[in-house]
Parts: sequence; C-alpha cells; structure tokens
Amino acid sequence: MADRNFNATRLPGFTPIALIVFALLYLPIVLLVAYSFSGGYSVSLFEGLTLEWYRKAWENEAVQSATLRSLTIALSASVIATFCATLAALGTTRRKAFRGQTFIYVMINQPLMVPEIVTAVALLIFFASIKVATGYQGLGYLIAAHSAFCIPFAYLPIRARLEGMDLSLETAAADLYATPWQTFRRVTLPLLGPGIIAGAMLAFVISLDDVVITEFVKSGGQDTLPTYMMGQLRRVMTPEVNAISSVLLALTVLLLTAFFLLTRKND
Amino acid sequence: MAQTIAVEARNAVKEFGSGASAVRALDDVSISIREGEFFTLLGPSGCGKTTLLRLIAGFEMPSAGKILLNGQDITYLPPNRRPVNTVFQSYALFPHLTVAQNIGFGLEMQGRPASEVKATAARMLALVKMEAFANRKIGQLSGGQQQRVALARALAPAPKVLLLDEPLSALDLKLRKEMQIELKRLQLETGITFVFVTHDQEEALTMSDRVGVMSAGKLHQVGSPKDIYTRPVNRFVASFIGETNFLPASKVPGGVQLGCGAVVEVAGLTGTGTTTLTVRPEQVRLATQGEAGAIPATVRNLVYFGTDTHCYLSLSDGAEVIARLQSPSNGDVGLETGQTVALRLVQGAAQVLAD
Repeated sequence: MADRNFNATRLPGFTPIALIVFALLYLPIVLLVAYSFSGGYSVSLFEGLTLEWYRKAWENEAVQSATLRSLTIALSASVIATFCATLAALGTTRRKAFRGQTFIYVMINQPLMVPEIVTAVALLIFFASIKVATGYQGLGYLIAAHSAFCIPFAYLPIRARLEGMDLSLETAAADLYATPWQTFRRVTLPLLGPGIIAGAMLAFVISLDDVVITEFVKSGGQDTLPTYMMGQLRRVMTPEVNAISSVLLALTVLLLTAFFLLTRKND
Repeated sequence: MAQTIAVEARNAVKEFGSGASAVRALDDVSISIREGEFFTLLGPSGCGKTTLLRLIAGFEMPSAGKILLNGQDITYLPPNRRPVNTVFQSYALFPHLTVAQNIGFGLEMQGRPASEVKATAARMLALVKMEAFANRKIGQLSGGQQQRVALARALAPAPKVLLLDEPLSALDLKLRKEMQIELKRLQLETGITFVFVTHDQEEALTMSDRVGVMSAGKLHQVGSPKDIYTRPVNRFVASFIGETNFLPASKVPGGVQLGCGAVVEVAGLTGTGTTTLTVRPEQVRLATQGEAGAIPATVRNLVYFGTDTHCYLSLSDGAEVIARLQSPSNGDVGLETGQTVALRLVQGAAQVLAD
C-alpha cells in the first residue's frame, strides 16, 4: 500500500479540481457557440433560436473579403513554411551531429520564443522601409511574415517523423541502385508524407489565427478575419462575431483532429 | 590460381573519429573472397566484421586501402553503383510498399522494363516460398517472413556478391536453424557469392565454405571450418571457436614438455622457449596406467551432458585439462572425484600456438 507509485488521481480533491479546470476551459467556448444561435442583439443574453447571425455574417461583404484574405494568406504561408521546414528538418536530422546544431535549432524555433509583439514591431519598421523604397503595398508582406512564424510549427512534426524513421531504409534504397534523388522521392518523401501534411495543417491553423503580427504588418484595407473581428469590438458587438468565431472554431477543430490522427504513432 | 576472386580488400583501414579519440575499427585487413563461395566473417561484436561488410557495400569509405570487385577498384564508388546487395540485420524493408514492390525495387531502380520486374519478383517470391504474400504490406508479416522478403529483395537484381549482416540474429532458435538450411540452399541454387557476418561460431562452422576470424579490427585466420577448428593459428581463434584446453609448455626436440614433465610429440616444431599447447576436450582420452605417453592426472569434477561427460582434471603441476568423454550406454563413465587416472592426447590433435 505504502509503496504504491505516486498517482495524481488519488490526491484529495483531484476530481473537483479537474472538473473546475475543464469548465473554465470549455464553458466560455460552449457559451460563445450557443449565443451564435441567439435571436437577440446581445452577446450575453439568449433570446430564441436562429441561424440569422450566420446568414448575416455570410452576406457581410467585409467578412467575405476578410475570409478570402485570411485563407489566401494561410494557404500561401503554410505551403511556403512547410517547404522551408521540410528542408530544415532534412538538413538537421539526416547527417551526423555538427558544431552549432543547437544554435540552428534555436534559430529555426526563434518565433516560438521571441515575444510576438517584438517581432510585430520589428516587421512593421522593416516592411515600412521596403514599402517606401518599392511602393509595393500588396499581401506579400503578410504572406512573408506569416510564413516566417509558421516555420517552427511545421518543422516540429516533420522533424519528429524523420527522427522516428529508420535510417537503414535510405541505406537500403541506395544499396538497391537508387540514386540520392530516387531515394528521397521513392522512400524518404512517402514515409515523411504524414509528417509534412501534419506540419502544413498546423501552420495553416496558426496563420489563420494570428492577430498581433497581422495587425502591425497589414496595410489599410487588408483586414484578415481575426483583425476584422477585433475591429468589431470597438463598435457594437452582435452575435455575428459569435457566428464567425464558431465557424473558425469548427474549422480549427477539424484540422487539429486530422493533425492528431496523422501524427498518431500507430499509423 | 584457378579460382576467380569475387571481392578483395587490400590493406583496408577504417578509423572513426579523429585525433586522439579516433577508433580503429579495421586495422590493415586484406582478404580475398572467391567467386561462388559461402564466406563467413566471424568475430565478437565490435571486431570490425560489419565495418568490413559496409566497406564492400559502399556505405563507408576506408581510411586507407582498397576494395576490389572482380579485379576492379570500387573503393570510392557509391553504393547504388555497385553490383552488390545487402540483407540488413533490421531487414530495412520499405513499410509503404508491398512485398512484391519491395522485391522489385532494385530492378526498377536499374531501369528494367516493368514486365521483367514483375516476372523476376514472381520468381524470387517462389524461390523464398512467399508467393501467397505478394500483395501484403511489410507490417503484416512475421519476423521469419520479413527475413525471406529481405533475402528475395537483395537477390532479385542478381548481384555479383550478396552481403548478409547477421540476418538471423533476430529469429528464435528453431527459425534460425531453418533459415540456415534455407540460406545454404539459396546460395547453391543461385551460385552467388555470399559474404555472411555473424558472431555465432556454430552458424559459421555449419554453413560456410570458408571462414575469416576477426577480433579488434584484425583478421586472424582464414580457412575452411575444419581448418580453423583443428588448426587455430592463435589463442584467440582457438578459444573463440569451440572449447579448448591451453597448457603452458616449453619446446624440446621433437615436441613440447608440459609443466608436469610429460613430453607431447608435435611434428615440425623448431627452436626452443616457452609456448602454449592447445588440445580440444574431445581429443583428450583416458589411458591405462603405464601406457606410452600417458599423463597422470586427478579427477576434480564430473559434469554429465547426456551424449558426453565433461571431466575436469588437474595435472601434477596444477594445470587444468577438460576431457569430453563419450557417455557409455548406462551414462556412467566409471570415474569418481579425487580418483587418479592417466590421460593421453590423440595423436596429432595437439597444436602449438604462435602466441
């Protein structure tokens, strides 16, 4: 009895504390989704069931253009970030340990550690000077910024996948007359596939969700869905925001579920 | 020489690391492997046998020396350009491909037409008796089945030399015995030169045409299984392969004199000085007292092994000798602990070691 392993679930009050934590985490989200179906104008008072706010959001041109912009940026940024992350992961795992390897890891994962607001201000100043010099005002700045901070999110699952891969498979391919390119194309890439897709999805979700950096980098009229919603806060809040949030939430849950299915060990 | 040499290593040296921390995995090894033979590299783990195999496969480049295939220098040729295939210890089968696709991989990479790839894969499947599994994924196979697929995959491109890196070590004893017979059959049927790496001396003795014994990066002896068992060149080879007795001795005309004073005849011995005499336990027999060449000894311990009984003896100078006596029908060799007996060494069985 006394020698039993430490087990947190046996601590007094474990169950109530767990329930409170879960309630604090999920109750606000449940309420947010619930009020998106409310008939009234208040975001905190439930007045009858309706899909009115979903219709309103769907027909709102500002929401439409912000959504399109968000998807364009997220898609472009996740593709670029995943491509860079795949190369970075191959470069850091498929070779013998080298001097400065830890430094490279830190450099790649820098966006995870540097406060986002610092990156945002730095990018604002940096891009401002480019804007002045070139006159270019397009979405390119946002795509570049998103690509950069999405790289570590795409990198981590790809690297995990590569590290779990038997190196002798590539040796075997070379032994069986495959050139280095054929080995990559026919063995490494297919086995890496789930990791790459998982990384891309994670990057997509992270980009879709970003507020701080987007807010600083965007030019006038370049609202993404999150920055549009934040703008709405300053005006009258209606359950339309709840409806948009609920759709965003549904999309994120869908992608993250797919992510976990892909990164499961027993695939 | 009539026999053609398939693979040759000339003064191969392989060092890992550099400077003071460098480890010499292979220390000036020269070896010639004949075409069509089953050659085994035998030694304890870390002796350099796998390193030598990897140099032949092209996965490593030697620090010095040369690797030749059919007389051509292939030392720095990348693995995909060597007509040599490997069966890996971990099998290294491609998990995203079917059994048939795994077997066809090498031929496909060589750019052979699809019809030929398919036909050869089917032939290889039949050769290893895995026809029923052609469309299975690797994860659905047992260890023994994976082993067969790995063999078929390596044999499919008809390599000049097949390298096998301890391929049987992951199998249980019964399956291992089965695969030993299977490997020998495949080698005879295909006529391909096999270079087999193992630390299992029994495996080496039963399967090989010739064996190379290695330790600490050095090649000690190359010879037929009978050669290396009956005529070991040094203490390492004698003790690594089978059980043996070592007796300190000094050279005298016509033979050597043991510590207890007995003289053992050894042919062709020259010079003087101390040396070591080795004799296998099954070559030690009981003698009748007073018989010529009989050595008095005391029985220390008897251990019954079924077919034979191991008799631990000590000579008058304290040297220990193990005799393996065949058990009679009633199982009793008729000896007792503490009893004084006479023993003799079978004529010509005792060897003098170089060190």
